[in-house]
Amino acid sequence: MNNAFEQAVSRSSQQTFATNKVIKNTYMLLSATLIFSGVMAMLSLYLAVPVWTYTVSVIIAMLLGMFVLPRTQDSGAGIGVIFAITGLMGFGLGAVLSIYLQLPNGPQTVALALGGTGVIFLGLSGYALSSRRDFSFMGGFIFAGMMVLLVAMLANIFLHIPALQLAIAAGFILLMSGFILFQTSQMVHGGETNYINATYGLYLSIFNIFISLLQILGIFGDE
Amino acid sequence: MNIWLQIGMAVTLVIMLVFMYPAAKHWMENSPKAEKGDWQAAIIPLALVASFVALLVLLVKS
Repeated sequence: MNNAFEQAVSRSSQQTFATNKVIKNTYMLLSATLIFSGVMAMLSLYLAVPVWTYTVSVIIAMLLGMFVLPRTQDSGAGIGVIFAITGLMGFGLGAVLSIYLQLPNGPQTVALALGGTGVIFLGLSGYALSSRRDFSFMGGFIFAGMMVLLVAMLANIFLHIPALQLAIAAGFILLMSGFILFQTSQMVHGGETNYINATYGLYLSIFNIFISLLQILGIFGDE
Repeated sequence: MNIWLQIGMAVTLVIMLVFMYPAAKHWMENSPKAEKGDWQAAIIPLALVASFVALLVLLVKS
């Protein structure tokens, strides 16, 4: 009886240790990838790359995320792949930022979008970590929402409707905010045990919130 | 945007949809049911995010 109790306590403490390790590794890797992404954005700003660089970088990063990352996420090579993806996305972001920075009030818009993204991410992560609530019930809603938004994005590539673009941006901010709650609670409750995968999900959320905020603030700031 | 880039982006989005479909189907069918107060705990922070974005929009408009 006593032995069974000790085994249960030992198993529970091992699980807690593994969960804390995933959370710690995820936030360390996320910080490193965000810094690297920022450096790559500054490099592309310095090089004044053309705006199509953004589309090309995002396409390559998405293909790497779909075909290469799942095959390498359990090995050390996965770290190299995640840095390649985030570096590419940062490099593409620099091309978009250069356009915004040339506009009147552009630096203010970029700073607000950057600060706003930081506040949203830190607030939601802090809430999910401190409340320790299980948000996995949102999984179906989030994935269904993502499919709808991807179809809307696909349509708007050819339709170019500004109101639809605004609706997609607003939808992405809410959906990615929900995804931050979902992903963080998955890490806390042992649903996500791979820190490279968790970092990729959180990085994409931050990136999408930033780009969407930039679009919304740009449109409402008459830019 | 260049037409080839548009086509490239569209093809990538279609591949993404195909890749995401099994995960979406899994979560839609197997998501745990929300208990009392669960949706409220998710909607309140999301409403705060929406209000915060509205505040940022007011800041750029002023």
